[in-house]
Amino acid sequence: MDHNGKTAPTPGPFALPRGTSDPRLDPAVLLAPSPFAKTARRFLGNSTFLIAGTIFGLIVLMALLAPVLAPGDPYVQNLGNRLVPPAWYDAGSWAHAFGTDGMGRDYLTRVMYGAQVSLMIGVSSALISGIIGSLLGVTAGYFGGRVDMAISFIITTRLSLPVILVALAIVAFVGASLTLVIVVLGLLLWDRYAVVMRSATMQARSMDYVAAASAIGASTPRLVFSEIMPNIVNNLIIVATFEVANAILLEAALSFLGLGVQPPTPSWGLMIAEGRDYLLFDPWVIVIPGLALSILVLSVNMLGDGLRDISAPENRN
Amino acid sequence: MSALLEVENLTVDIRLAAGVLHAVRGISFSVATGETVCIVGESGCGKSLTSLALMNLLPKRAVRNADRLRLDDTDLSTVSTRQMARIRGNRMAMIFQEPMTSLNPAYTIGNQLEEALLQHRAVPRREARDRAVYLLEKVGISAAASRLGQYPHQLSGGLRQRVMIAMTLMCGPDLIIADEPTTALDVTIQAQILHLLADLQKEFQMGLLLITHDLGIVARVADRVCTMYAGQFVEQGSVKEIFRNPLHPYTRGLLECIPVPGKTPRGSYLGSIPGMVPSLIGNLEGCSFRDRCRFVREGCEQDIALKRVGDAGRTYRCIMTPEESMRADAAGAGA
Amino acid sequence: MLLFTIRRLFVALMVAITVSLVAFSLLRFTGDLATSLAGPDATAEDIAAVRVAYGLDKPILIQYYDWLAKALAGDFGRSYYFPATVWELIGNAMPITLTLAGLGLLFSLIIGIPLGVVAALRPGSWIDRFAMTLAVIGQAIPNFWFGLMMIVLFGLMLSWFPISGNQTWQHFVMPSFVLGYSSAPAVMRLTRSGMLEVLSADYIRTAYAKGLSPYRVLFKHALRNAVIPVVALASVQFGNMLTGSIVTETVFSMNGLGYLAWMSISRQDFPVVQAILLMGAMFYVWLTFASDLINAWLDPRIRVS
Repeated sequence: MDHNGKTAPTPGPFALPRGTSDPRLDPAVLLAPSPFAKTARRFLGNSTFLIAGTIFGLIVLMALLAPVLAPGDPYVQNLGNRLVPPAWYDAGSWAHAFGTDGMGRDYLTRVMYGAQVSLMIGVSSALISGIIGSLLGVTAGYFGGRVDMAISFIITTRLSLPVILVALAIVAFVGASLTLVIVVLGLLLWDRYAVVMRSATMQARSMDYVAAASAIGASTPRLVFSEIMPNIVNNLIIVATFEVANAILLEAALSFLGLGVQPPTPSWGLMIAEGRDYLLFDPWVIVIPGLALSILVLSVNMLGDGLRDISAPENRN
Repeated sequence: MSALLEVENLTVDIRLAAGVLHAVRGISFSVATGETVCIVGESGCGKSLTSLALMNLLPKRAVRNADRLRLDDTDLSTVSTRQMARIRGNRMAMIFQEPMTSLNPAYTIGNQLEEALLQHRAVPRREARDRAVYLLEKVGISAAASRLGQYPHQLSGGLRQRVMIAMTLMCGPDLIIADEPTTALDVTIQAQILHLLADLQKEFQMGLLLITHDLGIVARVADRVCTMYAGQFVEQGSVKEIFRNPLHPYTRGLLECIPVPGKTPRGSYLGSIPGMVPSLIGNLEGCSFRDRCRFVREGCEQDIALKRVGDAGRTYRCIMTPEESMRADAAGAGA
Repeated sequence: MLLFTIRRLFVALMVAITVSLVAFSLLRFTGDLATSLAGPDATAEDIAAVRVAYGLDKPILIQYYDWLAKALAGDFGRSYYFPATVWELIGNAMPITLTLAGLGLLFSLIIGIPLGVVAALRPGSWIDRFAMTLAVIGQAIPNFWFGLMMIVLFGLMLSWFPISGNQTWQHFVMPSFVLGYSSAPAVMRLTRSGMLEVLSADYIRTAYAKGLSPYRVLFKHALRNAVIPVVALASVQFGNMLTGSIVTETVFSMNGLGYLAWMSISRQDFPVVQAILLMGAMFYVWLTFASDLINAWLDPRIRVS
């Protein structure tokens, strides 16, 4: 009998396997890749993310380096040289690779500068709405109760507003400008952030209670933190990518309607509107900026998809 | 008298990226009318897949094969999909493990019960309804008629499982397969459900194939037992013989895990079977149990053939002779 | 069910009031209406006079109350630009937008749901990938540009459909297709993920175990559950189409609410904008209410929450 008054186990029906190895000496463990390498592999292994990232990166590069790379000036008009078709048409030439628009401005240059506008508006408004929405969402999720009810009511109210009408109305009555568009979109498009952050915070909160309840010490606060934060940040980034795409499309629509970025600033939406008159004979005036918009939004959406795939629990080791 | 269900050399292979997983490796058994056969084993031994294989409800990547798979006079391995659908729920019905999720939340239980009958019999709706009420009462649900209009989420787990049982009986099947029907329920409810199954079986004269990991249940309801390990039957026989005289070390180990009031000394440690189930991928040779067996010896790494004892269907798969087995019992008994 | 309806109704009412107040105040706050009404040559006195005449000097809640009281009686005032009451203008424009949005919703469901179901039945197959590609592209294309492209292709080059106006049913085909194509991707994705989840549910296995045919299992058991989130999405999409038709109507020159809104906004025709904003908000609120009810009817579990 041992000191607890219990009988020691019989040689049991079955013996323990002999020679259990120390995991620290296991070659498989020693040669395993570092956490950093593993993360990098996860990102690079996802083809959606890679392709989208490349395209998006190229567009960003093009926007940043437009002053250097562009063949001309986006504002210089040349009315004697209007509507020259792009280089792949018979009447076109490589002097104006994308042709010239209704005012004789080099189209390739305008497309490149247009990327600046789209990216700037997309990212800035996503940033503003991200801050607003996250604050609201986290507050609601963290405090719960009355605070949650109040904020949820605010979210529902915002969801019931016809965004495009409100944006149009505000811009029209205040006076259209790039800054205003950013501010208006930022102040209106925070709902998805709020909803997602709210539920992510609520989930994290319940994990807190679980961790506190299991006093065995299996999950230390640091572990809980390292579980919560990545989850919240993940969600935030994924929502942000989709909101950037959303903002880009909205700005294009606003500019198309004449109530966004004002001429002569090159905005792809505006360029499409300006090209409407030439729809019949020179459709490329509209096709090119539309394609540019589609490709940009596509790459951003794919980035979001790729990020979501990567951060999904099934893909975690 | 030929058996109601006859299975010979049933195998289930699952195609994985890492290779072929031999989940069920050549098991043979039979169930007679009015007989309860239990398949016992731990999680992952392949018993659930066995039941799904019989019903031909295996997941897409799984492939079934058998030398013989007979239900009454129907060869289950050669029937078409449409014919199999006519057999399912009709002559052969199944109760699943998770009553909480096995019923469609969007329809009333009355609708789902009636559907089970109307699928196979061209009877007026009224008749299906009456039968549903009759069976609900049979499974011990009070106020049966009013229950018909209720939705699954309005019922407790025990009630839902009773509804599931009633659903399997709607067409009066010859064979019922119950895959761990009580595992997800409270212990007190477990006993009720088991008694219910046993009573129903006697009353309707059906065959019952009961899959479980709980030997306590086996002791209560089984006529015959098959212990399953790593995809194979390691022992088969009547419940009395198996409990009194297990011939395979795995069966013995399982039995030793159960505390017996009056026999197991107070304060002693319960037996346990250390180690883990081996991988079933790729080529497998020898006794699957040898890494966890205390009687392992030379020769166990060769394939062991199934051995028969007597002619009442007692079989086991171990290198030891029955006499050695019994001696082993005497040597290691108790603490 | 009744209790559920009443509770939802109450919430909808609260939101409706709040939203209308917000919509109302937004316009008043974004600029000095009196200044723009008085015109560019107005003096300070002119502006002050205008302010009093239009009741813009009263506290905002009073203004709101005044306006609401009249609005509930159907009096939205007169347009500053057109010689008509706001009610008449909206009454003429509304049927067109409703038809457009309705057809658009129909298109998105017809395209999205079957594609989503088929994709879920054969995940990873070529049709699944095809559907997902279509979805991803559809979500990236700006709908006004898509409309213009369709005009070029089907209107100008092939001359299958008229490219502007709203006189005949042919006029509605392209615009509603454009509307539908924008929201079909979301419908398809939701249907697909919903179906995938439902198809792996235990009750589907039970249905097969009862001997039901695959068609029965799919249409009676699986679809019924998978379609529940799609209903909520459809109502949001419908609301979006009603209010977002502004772009499509502008592209196709249709005299619907959207086009009216755009014209009024450009001309600062205040009462019209006000009324349309309110209308849009009410659409959303009551659409959400209706979809909540439909959801509860489809999924009995919701009725208790």
